[in-house]
Amino acid sequence: MSFHSYSYFPGCSQSGSAEEFGLSTEAVCKALGIGLVELPDWNCCGASSAHMTNDLLAVALPGRDLAIANLLGKDLLVVCAACYSRLKTAQARILSDEALAGRIEEMVGTDPRFRGEIRHLLDVLVNDIGFARIKKWMKSELTGLKAVPYYGCLLVRPPEFCFCDSVENPTDLDRLLGAIGVEVRLWSFKTDCCGGSLSLSRADIVERLVNKLFSRAEEAGADCIVTACPMCAANLEMRQKPGRFSFKVPHRLPVLYFTELLGLALGVAGTEDWLSRHIISPVPLVRELEFLPRERG
Amino acid sequence: MITRVNNGLERRLEAETGQKVRSCYQCKKCSAGCPVAFAMDLLPHEVMRMVVYGQEGRLLESSAIWLCASCETCTTRCPNEIDIAGVMDGLRRMAIKEGVEPVEHEVSAFHTSFLEGIKLTGKTNEPVLIGAYKALSRRFFDDLGLGAVMLAKGKIKIVPRVVRDRRALRRIFRETKVGAEK
Repeated sequence: MSFHSYSYFPGCSQSGSAEEFGLSTEAVCKALGIGLVELPDWNCCGASSAHMTNDLLAVALPGRDLAIANLLGKDLLVVCAACYSRLKTAQARILSDEALAGRIEEMVGTDPRFRGEIRHLLDVLVNDIGFARIKKWMKSELTGLKAVPYYGCLLVRPPEFCFCDSVENPTDLDRLLGAIGVEVRLWSFKTDCCGGSLSLSRADIVERLVNKLFSRAEEAGADCIVTACPMCAANLEMRQKPGRFSFKVPHRLPVLYFTELLGLALGVAGTEDWLSRHIISPVPLVRELEFLPRERG
Repeated sequence: MITRVNNGLERRLEAETGQKVRSCYQCKKCSAGCPVAFAMDLLPHEVMRMVVYGQEGRLLESSAIWLCASCETCTTRCPNEIDIAGVMDGLRRMAIKEGVEPVEHEVSAFHTSFLEGIKLTGKTNEPVLIGAYKALSRRFFDDLGLGAVMLAKGKIKIVPRVVRDRRALRRIFRETKVGAEK
């Protein structure tokens, strides 16, 4: 009987390279009474590659997902910043261009004119659930953890689609982290780009961008970078430094999803499992601050 | 190098993307804030002006159109409300349609691999993507160490996730095939 009930688009990364994001999202939603119904047989939104090379495909792929969401008739919850951006863009294009909508409908078989809202989990937490309710369910404050919030591109741009309170200096994630006791450090790189889909093809570019982010986060006095985008997290973790093997860790700064920290604060089960999946392990940091429950005997 | 000039380029781009590039007054805000400008052969503000000049050859053969990461910083900041990232998308799609050999071969190979993976399974699966990319780009030995770590951390799943409705997928890819309309 939760009054926050959504259809849910999990996104590909959340069961692959960012499984900890998917698992922590589901656990946190359950703990806060947000009901999720996964879209049956959803497909990939096409991410950057579709809109960069094929305009119609970039609407048709998310168009099929919107058609499925239409059948469920609930607002759609998304956690991946890239999926969020692609679904929102496709929705706006379909609803504003009847010829395009008709073409997509013919392709996917059912009506893609999804008129419900597409919401990002961060938006729902900050604006619907509210900090008072989160605090009520919290088991412990994450006192002592210093973090810089990293929004990246797709959570804030384009501003006409996105929910964040500012396009150059958003504070939604800052406020959420503050509410669970994290010490949010100021820095000017909240919405700088990590290099996105160039990660495999032009690793040199991504390494340069990512290293700048790590150095600035260290300068800001952070123990970790907190993000809501699986692409940002992957690039940050994978591309810290050019070297013989890219996985050598020059910056010891872990990169965490906001849902993982929320999970720690809410004391939900599975936290240790998510944290162990990172390339740069946050486990030593989290243990040092005594956020993890003592190991069961 | 032959610089192909096409006086209709600006209008064609407007038809494709809805963007009026001629309203650019060269304030260079886009280039100043572009995170990948350091690697581009043409800066974003130069691209805008060259569209007006109809420099089709130089634009479609540039690295800039492939290196744009679509972060949309330029689009957000443009005082003349030009969707600059959208213009980059438009130019790139034009280059693909016309079969211009991409200078950034690897970037193009990545996008092809990504979309072929979706065509095959309906979802993005890391081993399919990485395998296809290595085959197309012929960079077999990049990131082997990283791959091993990702495998150990469970970030690369061996069994691919698939969409059951294959017919819908096939139809989407068939009907959106580039060049099919002409």
